[in-house]
Amino acid sequence: MSIDVETARRVAKLARIQVDESDLAALAGELSGILTFMEQLNEVDVTGVEPMTSVTPMRLKRRADVVTDGNIQEAVLKNAPESREGFFVVPKVVE
Amino acid sequence: MTANTWTIAAARDALKKGEITATDLTMACLTAMDAGDALGAYVHKTPEIALDQARAADARLAQGDAPAMCGIPLGIKDLFCTKGVPSQAASNILRGFRPEYESTVTTRLFEAGAVMLGKLNMDEFAMGSSNETSCYGPAVNPWRIDDRELTPGGSSGGSAAAVAGDLCLAATGTDTGGSIRQPAAFTGIVGIKPTYGRVSRWGIVAFASSLDQAGPMTKSVRDAAIMLGAMAGHDPKDSTSADIPVPDFEAALTGDIRGKKIGIPREYRIDGMPAEIDALWHRGAEMLRDAGAEIVDISLPHTKYALPAYYVIAPAEASSNLARYDGVRYGHRAKLSHGDGVTEMYEKTRAEGFGHEVQRRVMIGTYVLSAGFYDAYYNRARKVRALIKRDFEQAFAAGVDAILTPATPSAAFGLGEMSQADPIQMYLNDVFTVTVNLAGLPGISVPVGLDGQGLPLGLQLIGRPWEEGDLLNHAYVLERAAGFVAKPQKWW
Repeated sequence: MSIDVETARRVAKLARIQVDESDLAALAGELSGILTFMEQLNEVDVTGVEPMTSVTPMRLKRRADVVTDGNIQEAVLKNAPESREGFFVVPKVVE
Repeated sequence: MTANTWTIAAARDALKKGEITATDLTMACLTAMDAGDALGAYVHKTPEIALDQARAADARLAQGDAPAMCGIPLGIKDLFCTKGVPSQAASNILRGFRPEYESTVTTRLFEAGAVMLGKLNMDEFAMGSSNETSCYGPAVNPWRIDDRELTPGGSSGGSAAAVAGDLCLAATGTDTGGSIRQPAAFTGIVGIKPTYGRVSRWGIVAFASSLDQAGPMTKSVRDAAIMLGAMAGHDPKDSTSADIPVPDFEAALTGDIRGKKIGIPREYRIDGMPAEIDALWHRGAEMLRDAGAEIVDISLPHTKYALPAYYVIAPAEASSNLARYDGVRYGHRAKLSHGDGVTEMYEKTRAEGFGHEVQRRVMIGTYVLSAGFYDAYYNRARKVRALIKRDFEQAFAAGVDAILTPATPSAAFGLGEMSQADPIQMYLNDVFTVTVNLAGLPGISVPVGLDGQGLPLGLQLIGRPWEEGDLLNHAYVLERAAGFVAKPQKWW
């Protein structure tokens, strides 16, 4: 599978990582190389095999649906790059 | 020998007998830490915390209420969140992040009385095999054979360098594809990745959640048994943490493996493997046979496909896990231009904050999960993963107790030597270790000998799920038979 510049641009956009136009060709080349390596997987007969979803055969635990913590607004906001009046601040989202 | 060179077991016994105080032991380690800056192992030092914890440990020891880890000075990988102490996963995107909480593993260790000397270097978000993707710059292997600086391996490279260089008694590591076992092998120490679910992942910065597992990196197999016992156990805050009892791993070290069956998987004899590593592998098998084990050839037919499956699954999970680094809640936010909206904030923040390898893996993960490719890559890789796991299950069902393989395809290489190679070349470092993560099994790297140049080489033992005690006992036999006592010559 070869990745062209257009696909590389789309993947970078989906991943929300800014990539300079001049770097897209090199990125496309790197991604193509890795995907070619992965194509070995096509040699394996996976007929009738279920995709692995759980590493160890265990049932996920359940617990009562109750609040177990809270009232830690200050701690939650402590590491925010920008906060105001108890909220995270981001650039304007709606025009 | 100053106390920083001791094993956990030796220090525990000396502390209990009152031959040394935890404070003096900690001081010896802090001195070694400060003298070891050339190794690039510690990235955030915490001497005040260490001395506070040491004094508390001394008080407990005086009262006779001291678990095995009480007063033992440790280094903590930067991937673990430690309250109020920088926890950056060696990434610029988490610069300045000081968690408001403590990871379960460090909580358990501290409750057992352990002492934190500081945070240890690693590859950024644990993505790398040489510690060269770290935002702090690489850690350096204490072992050297000429004037080149060698890698301590990765991603737990700082942990490996600190333990091998005696800048602590032991360290925490994490292992997603070999990140405990490969650096342990490169530096002549012991590293165990437990069964998936044995150790809580809560509070450890996530890379690939179905593969990540924390474990100890130590100077001996006994130390690994002692420290794993303190790290392990059920945690309601990690839904994949197993609710089963933690046995006394140290008590499992009987040194008796008579009648055990050791599998030698033929698929691990790969093209281009150095003759020295093949010879070491043979020698390791002979040591186990001499101890009364039966050596059998086995086949794990899907081994070849483990690396490509891993490099689909791990980046896929990473692309999801790392979506949280958006410049909103913690860590770095890019300076924005006039008129930039929230999308530009995400894109610029992530471009500035993530290093090259992390960006590459996030984008690969994004691609294999994107519409139209999900089945072809991600689902196929998960099916192949099921087959890899089945290979192991069949071997164990046939009566195999442990599997012996090389730990790495080479000894430590020079820093910078792989910089021009394509990413796949670096990924090949994980060829012997990655199968174990995919299958969720416990695996341990034990130093067994030196190569012709004088660099350490390790062998890997793979055990049955939840049988870390049995696995450690096999490793203990191998360790005693190999008699590996070499230490790096101090140059730093």
